[in-house]
Amino acid sequence: MADTLLDIKNLKIEATAYPPGEPPQDITIVEGVDLRLEKGKVLGLIGESGAGKSTIGLSAMNYGRGGVRITGGEINLNGRDIRKLSLRGLRAMRGAEVTYVAQSAAAAFNPAKKLMEQIVEATLAHKRASKKEAEARAVELFRKLGLPDPESFGNRYPHQVSGGQLQRAMTALALCPQPDLVVFDEPTTALDVTTQIDVLAAIKEAIADTGVAALYITHDLAVVAQVSDNIMVLRGGNMVEYGSTEQIINDPQEEYTQALVSVRSIEHEEKQPAPEPVLKVQNINARYSGTKFDVLKNVNVELSPGQTLAVVGESGSGKSTLARVITGLLPPRDGKIIFDGRELNADQASRPREDLRELQMIYQMADTAMNPRQTVGTIIGRPLEFYFGLKGRKKRERIQELLDEIELGEGFVDRYPAELSGGQKQRVCIARALAAKPKLIICDEVTSALDPLVADGILKLLLRLQKIEDVAYLFITHDLATVRAIADSIAVMYQGEVVRYGTKSDVLAPPFDAYTDLLLSSVPEMKLGWLEEVIAHRRMESAGH
Amino acid sequence: MKYIPLSALVGLAITAAYFLMALFAPVISPYGMAEVVGSVWEPSSAEHLLGTDNIGRDLLSRMIYGGRTTIFIATAATILSFTTGAILGFLAAVLGGLWDQVLSRFVDLLMSIPTLIFALVVLSVMPVTIPVLIVVMGLLDSTRVFRLARAVAVDINVMDFVEAAKLRGEGRGWIIFREILPNALSPLVAEMGMRFIFMVLFVSTLSFLGLGVQPPGADWGGIVKENKDGIVYGIGAALYPAVAIATLAISVNLVADWILNRTTSLKGGRGG
Repeated sequence: MADTLLDIKNLKIEATAYPPGEPPQDITIVEGVDLRLEKGKVLGLIGESGAGKSTIGLSAMNYGRGGVRITGGEINLNGRDIRKLSLRGLRAMRGAEVTYVAQSAAAAFNPAKKLMEQIVEATLAHKRASKKEAEARAVELFRKLGLPDPESFGNRYPHQVSGGQLQRAMTALALCPQPDLVVFDEPTTALDVTTQIDVLAAIKEAIADTGVAALYITHDLAVVAQVSDNIMVLRGGNMVEYGSTEQIINDPQEEYTQALVSVRSIEHEEKQPAPEPVLKVQNINARYSGTKFDVLKNVNVELSPGQTLAVVGESGSGKSTLARVITGLLPPRDGKIIFDGRELNADQASRPREDLRELQMIYQMADTAMNPRQTVGTIIGRPLEFYFGLKGRKKRERIQELLDEIELGEGFVDRYPAELSGGQKQRVCIARALAAKPKLIICDEVTSALDPLVADGILKLLLRLQKIEDVAYLFITHDLATVRAIADSIAVMYQGEVVRYGTKSDVLAPPFDAYTDLLLSSVPEMKLGWLEEVIAHRRMESAGH
Repeated sequence: MKYIPLSALVGLAITAAYFLMALFAPVISPYGMAEVVGSVWEPSSAEHLLGTDNIGRDLLSRMIYGGRTTIFIATAATILSFTTGAILGFLAAVLGGLWDQVLSRFVDLLMSIPTLIFALVVLSVMPVTIPVLIVVMGLLDSTRVFRLARAVAVDINVMDFVEAAKLRGEGRGWIIFREILPNALSPLVAEMGMRFIFMVLFVSTLSFLGLGVQPPGADWGGIVKENKDGIVYGIGAALYPAVAIATLAISVNLVADWILNRTTSLKGGRGG
C-alpha cells in the first residue's frame, strides 16, 4: 500500500444536459468506478466515445470540464483526498503534482509565445525550480523525447514545428515540473500513423526514464497495449474489465473486451482486376486556385467494376484531393477521367444528371454530411425523387427497403440526424448513396471518425452491399488495417504522387519501397512488445546503412 | 411536452398583448383616435385612465391607436427587410465570386451613410405616406439583414450536406430554400426580434422629427412630440410611449432569446 499514488474509490460524476425544448436534466456520466495506480506505473483507460475515459482521467486532478461535476466517491492522491482540497490547494496540486497532455497540442499551445516559455511556465509558477534549472530540464527532456536541436528547440513558436514534434513538446511541458502523475488524453490520436509511432516511443521512453506514473487514455487498444502496465476497459461510464496488459490482450474475460481485441479481423478475398475498368484516372495533375503547387502529380489509377480500390496515405498526401477531382469539384489542370467507358466533364456543374447519379460519395463526418433539419426519410428519399421521380407509396417502400439493407429497422424514417448514433448516421449516408443506384461510391475516410467496433460494423456492411449491388468503391483512408480488410487493389500516395499501386497482394508483399515499408510497419498491432520490435528493427536498419 | 422557460412565457404574454391591442384597437379603445373629449392635459381619472393630451384627446385611446400604427409599420418594414435581405444574402453566398462582390460592396456603400440621415433625405423629397415609410425603412434596414444572412449562409454553404446536394445536381433554388434556409432560420429569427425593435424606434424617431406618421394620425413617436412640452409643467404624458416601447422591446427580445437558445447549434433535432 505504501507506494499507492492514486486511489479512486466509488467515483460518481454527473453533468447537466440541456436537450432542446425540454427542461434541463441531470445525467450520470461515470458511476461506481474504482481505480488504483502505483508509483511509476502506467494505467491505460480504454473505451469508445462516451465511455467516460477522459472524464475519469481529469478527475485525477479533481477537475470537471464545463458542466461536469464530481458528485461522489474519494480521489486519494499521495494519501490525501483531493476532493476536499480548497481551490488554493487544487491550484498548488494541478500543474505540479499532476499534469495533463491534451489530444490536440496544436490547440493547447499559445501560438503567440515561444515553446520554452510555455514549457517552463508551470514549473516556475509552482516554484519547483529556478528559471535556469527549469530550462536545463526542458532541454534534457527535448533530448529524451528525440526532438531536433534540443538546445534551440524551445526558441521556436508552435507553428514552426510539426504536429508530432508539438505533441512531444507537450509531453515535455507535462514532465518538466517533475510531477508524480501525468494524464495523457489521446496524445497520438490526431497524428498520422507514421508520426504516432515516434511519439509513442518517445512517450514510453520518457515515462520509463523519469519514473513518473501515468494515466493513458485512448480508444485504440493496440496503442495502449504498447505503453501501459495495466488496462481498464470502460463502457458507458462503468468499468467492464480490469487487468494486466498481458491478460487483457491475450486472455480477455468479458465479451466486450474480446470484441475490442478481435476488432479489425475482417477477411476479404481479393478479386482479380476485370478487363474493362469502371473508372480510369489518367495523368491527372491538379492544384488549388491561387497556389503554385501541384497537389496531385501525374496520378494514374484504375478501378474494376464491383471492386474496391483503397487510396492510402497520410494527411497532405493528396488522397482527398483525388476524390474532389473525380467528383468534379476541383477540375484538374490536365488529365482525363474515364468513367464507364466515357470521359467525364472536368467541372461537376457541367456533368449530365446520369453521370452525377452513377458516382456517389460518402463523407468522413456523417454529422455534417446530412442536413440537420431533414428527416432520414427526406434524406434518403430525395435522390429517389430527384433521379427516378419516385413519389408517394413507391418512394416510401423503396426508402424502407434501403433502411432494411443498411440494417436499420422500422421507425427510423421520421427521425432527425441528431437522434441517431454515429454509426447509424454513417449508415444513413450509405443508404443515401445507394439510393441513386451508383456504379461507383467514393468513401472518404468513412470509418475514421467512428469507434473501432462501430467502424467494423460499417466495413462489414459495405462489403455485404458490394456483393448485392455490385458497386465499386474508391476507398480513401489513412488506416492500413481498414485497407487489409476490404481492398482489392491499393494505391499508396505520398506528397501528391502514387508511389505504389497494384493488387492488394502485390502491394502488401515485399520488396517494399521505403515509404510503404514505413507506413506498413507503423500500424499498431494488437500484441505486446510490438513497439520495441519495430523501433529496434528501424535502428538496426539505419545502423546498417 | 414542450418546455418553455418563465422568461419566454412572460415575453410571449406581453408581446401577444401588444399585438392583440394593435389588431383590435377600434374595439378596445374607449374614445376615437382624434376625438377631443376633455381639456388640455387632464390628470388620470376614471373617464381618462391616462389623462388627456395637449389638445384634450383621450391619451389611452391615442396610445392604443398609436401602438396600432407603430406596430403595423414596424412589422411590415421588418418583413420587407428580412425577405429582401435574406434572399439577397443567401444568393450572394451561394453564387459567390463577382455577384458576391457587387452585392456586398453595394451594401457597404449604403451602410456607410447613416440610416437616419439617409431616411430623412429620402422622406423629405418623397410624399410621406405609410407605404413609402415602410419601403424606405425596410430597404435601408435590409442591408443589416443582408450581412447577417450572407455570413450565416457562407458558413452553411461549405458544409458537406450542401456539397452532397451540389454533387447530386440540385439547382440553386433547392440549395437556398431547402438546405440553407432551414439551418439559417434560428439566427435570423433571433435577429428579427432585434430589428423589429429598431424599427419601432426608427419610426418613432421619424415621427418625432415630423417626417413619420402625419397628424392627426397617432403613433408613439408622435405622442412624445405632441406632449413633450408638458414635461416642463410636470405632466408625464410624453413618458407613456417610452414605457410602451421599453416593455415591447424587452418582451420581444425575451422571446427571441428563447428561440435562439432552443436552436443555437447546427445539430438541430426536433427543436425546429
